[in-house]
Parts: sequence; C-alpha cells; structure tokens
Amino acid sequence: MTSAPRSLPNDFDVEASKARCRAYRRRILDISQRVSALHIAPAYSCMEIVDCIYGGLMRKNAKGEFVDIFLMSKGHGCMAQYVMLEAFGILPSAELDRYCTRDGILGAHPDFGNPGIAAATGSLGHGLGMAVGMAVAERNKAKGKGEPARVYTVLSDGEVQEGSTWESVLMAPTLALDNLVAVIDSNDFQSLGRTSETHPPFYPLAPKFAAFGWETVEVNGHDAGAVFRAVTSRKGGRPLMILAKTVKGRGVRFMESVPIWHYRAPNAQEYKTALEILETVAS
Amino acid sequence: MRNRFAEVIYKAAVKDERICIVVADISPAGPMARFREEFPERFINVGVAEQSMIGICAGLALRGMRPFAYTIATFALYRPYEFVRDDLCYQNLPVTVVGIGGGVVYSTLGGTHYAQEDVTIASSMPNMTVLAPCDPNESAAITDWIVGRPEGQAGPVYLRFGKAGEPDITQGAEPFRFGKLRYLRRGKDVAVLSYGVVLGMAAKVADALQAKGKSVSLVGCPTVKPLDREGIAELLMTHAQVLVVEENAPAGGLASAVKEIAWDRRATCDLKTFTLKDQFVHCYGSHDELLAKHGLSVPAILAAVG
Repeated sequence: MTSAPRSLPNDFDVEASKARCRAYRRRILDISQRVSALHIAPAYSCMEIVDCIYGGLMRKNAKGEFVDIFLMSKGHGCMAQYVMLEAFGILPSAELDRYCTRDGILGAHPDFGNPGIAAATGSLGHGLGMAVGMAVAERNKAKGKGEPARVYTVLSDGEVQEGSTWESVLMAPTLALDNLVAVIDSNDFQSLGRTSETHPPFYPLAPKFAAFGWETVEVNGHDAGAVFRAVTSRKGGRPLMILAKTVKGRGVRFMESVPIWHYRAPNAQEYKTALEILETVAS
Repeated sequence: MRNRFAEVIYKAAVKDERICIVVADISPAGPMARFREEFPERFINVGVAEQSMIGICAGLALRGMRPFAYTIATFALYRPYEFVRDDLCYQNLPVTVVGIGGGVVYSTLGGTHYAQEDVTIASSMPNMTVLAPCDPNESAAITDWIVGRPEGQAGPVYLRFGKAGEPDITQGAEPFRFGKLRYLRRGKDVAVLSYGVVLGMAAKVADALQAKGKSVSLVGCPTVKPLDREGIAELLMTHAQVLVVEENAPAGGLASAVKEIAWDRRATCDLKTFTLKDQFVHCYGSHDELLAKHGLSVPAILAAVG
C-alpha cells in the first residue's frame, strides 16, 4: 500500500455528512418498497458511523480507489454500506434495484466477491477475527514501504456476546495492531430485547476492552464528527475500540427502538410517513 | 509426517512471502521453529483460541496471503467448524487447515481428541479440498502441491495428518498426482484401497493376500475430495475383489463413496469396506489397539475377506 497517504484526513464536514445520511436513509426506504423484509433499523443505527468511515476516514489512492478497508462485521447492517457503495459508484444502482431478487447479486447480508465488499458476513462474531487477519496482512505488506492500509470494522453490540469476538479482542492488542479500528454500534438491542437487559452485569463495556489492551473511547454514534475525532485524536500504537452509542432505527421516530423494524419493510402508508419524518427532522 | 510438511513450508516461505502460519498453542518444534525464528511476522500463535485462528487466516487470505492454520485435528476443524465453513469455504479462500492426529491417532488422549469423522465433515463443505497423506514422502509431495497452486485453483484445503514418526511406505509408487488414485503396486485379483496413516495396515493386508497367492493392487487415495471417481470406477471394473480400509466414520468418507460409485457403475466385484465404527470407543492403548477395537486390524480384515 505504498500509494496510501501518510496521514489521516484532518477535516470532516459534518453538515455534508448529515445531508448524505438523510439521502442514504431515503434510498433505503425506497428499496424497502420492493421487498417484504430488509434490515432497515440496523442500517439506520450505524449510518453516521459508516458514513464517517467511508466519507471521512478511508483514504484513497491517486486513482480515487479506497486503499483502506471497511468490513461490515454486523452483516445485517449492510444496507447502509450498499447505499454508500452506490453513491461512490462502486455498486451499480441497477443492483440496488435488484436487491433480494432472483437475478440480483445483493442479499440481506454482504457477500464476498460483490463490488466493495471486503468479506462475507451475516453470522455474528466473524468480522473482528477477519479484520485482525487483514490488519496483519496489510502491516506485513507495508513493512519498510510506508504506512499500512487501515482496517475499519463495525460490530453490533449483540455480537459482543459471541465468544469468538473475545478471542479476537484478545489477539488484536497482542499483535499491537495500530492499523485496526473497531466500532461497536451500541444500539442496546438484540432480537429478544435490550442488550443491557440480557446480561446486566456485562455493562459497561468500555472498561472490558480497555482491560484487554485496546485504546477505548465512547462517543455518540450519530455524531459523525465525534466518530471522526475519536479516530484522528487517538494515541495509537495499539488497536482502537470505539463504543458508539446509537439508536436502532435512528431517523424515523416510529421505528426508533421498536424491535419489529429490525427486519420488517414499511407498508405504503408507513413509507410515506417515514419519508415525511426524514424530511422534517434533522439528522 | 508433520516434520516433512514443515520442511516444505519453510522452503516455500523463503521464496513466497504470502505463506504464513497461524497455530493454536502448538509447540513449533523442528522446521516449524525455524520458520517462526526467521519469519516472525508471518507466524502467529493465537493461543487456545481456534475460532480466532480460522478467522485470522481468512482475513490474511482476503488480503493476499496463503495461510496455514495448524493444530490438533479436532481443534482445527470441529471447534471452529462454522468459521471454516463460512470464512474459508463460503469465501473460497486459499487457507489450508492442517489437522494433526486425524482419525484416532491420539489413542491415549480419549474421545475429545479423536477426529474420527473429520474427513466426513471436511468433505461435506462446498469448495473444500481434502488431502490425507499416508507417509512423510507423500506429505511433502502434497504440501508441494498446495504451495505451488496457481491463483485460480487456490481454495480451502483440509490437510489431514497423522503425527510424527510414520514410516515411508510409498517408495517405488507412482508419483502423487492431485485428484488421482496412487498405485503403490499393481495386481489383477484384489485391490486394497486406503488413504492416510492406516494405509500402512492396508499394505500389510495386501502382503498377506499376496502371500496366499493373490495378485494384489495396493492403491492410495490421498485426494479424498475431489475424489477420483473415474479411477475408482476403473478399479472396481478391473478387480474381482475390492477392499476399502479407512480410518474414518462409516458414513460420508471414502468407503461410502466407493459403494455409491459401485452402484452407479453396476460394478459386479466383491466390495468390502472396513472403517471406524459409528461409536465412541473407550480404549487407551496404542493407535493400532484402538483401531482393532473399531474392527480395523490385519487379522480382522483377512478373516472378513475369507
């Protein structure tokens, strides 16, 4: 990765990010009208985080291609990634229109081999391990040649219950993976209820990651500027874990923190209402 | 067997910077230790964390590396099964999962350490190649093939090993060819077909039958998947009797596959298969003694052959 710029960007336009995120949410609503189910709320939950990564943090080479890597560990949030890849011209719009149909390439979880998708996910607890491997590979490739590509990954907070996640939480600081940034989309929901109520003694999480050797920071996950600053102001020398507090379904009030919207697609009336809310409520 | 593997890997790694090893708390003795000393950035010990071992290998491969995950077979394949399936097979990545002590090689360690259905499980996954050398020489030849594969052919491999100290039994055999049966000797009456460490027992069965005046083929099947179906069909058609000796569960391995082929091809030979039992057998003796409890021994096979 010799073509990677040596430092991170130092500027992030939060207003532009808000406008993008509103458009991304609208696009997902449009797609929702062609399928019976899709993961709207999990995508809305991580929208600002993923926009900050793609729109602010990930560096490009002279040809305009991303040199840093994004891996959506919470595969069910991939609608957020799809609409961004579409905006960057990496995923053809026609494929978004064929989402979850027989002739399309895009399913409800990201598939390796599709444009812009770094790894196949969907089963929880796989992303962080693969991200660790990627970060090692990039560090090895860059040895003596400059700064390695960075690996960004977004996990769900339910995913933190997977034992495999902790195996990789253990490994990343041992390997001193300075080029790895993990963000936990902490919307406090999993299928059967609130994550914090599933394992009350497990919280707060930040001290756990810190104890395992991660540089750890907590931010408002809907403040893309805060996510950006968490990465650019890090001390470095070890992996960074960002605990991003979020709201599942963020942006459309009637979907916010309501479990049914994990998977359901809105009907025509709900779609209309959701669009109106998106237009009138600031992100 | 595993030492010859490590020798080949070390030599290949000198030239090929993509080769790396991820172990799960396995002592890197012999050539493996040399690899670790000379290529520390390409040797990772995850500790006792096998899901992470496979996930990290997947991540390495997704960024262009050719990793080898290396530990005891049960922990290389069973513990992280879903990671092998999703991360390696679904994504069709060039990662080799090396299972030491495939079958019931670790006889005294008990059922938790018996990989007696590893070939069945590995073979059941799409994209997975299953290779099982019978001796150190074949282990080296197979490893050479793995590291030399061109990009287009490089998917996941389950490489099933015994342990250290197996004798070489393939002197004089035709060379290893990927995806093909390997004749160790050719005869006309009986064919004894096997793979892996238990091929040594199959050789003794062949010797005993030859001593009785039979003309015997001894045939290795180091590529268990993809199986040389044509080669097996030909073997079934050209011998009056075919014996399959397999250190694996009775379902989903070579023995059942040969029966499928025999049915499909309307083979008329006398076909007998000898595998591990579909049982957890409690026996803490030698490998051979445990195999015997499963019904795999030279006298038991000879008695069944009649």
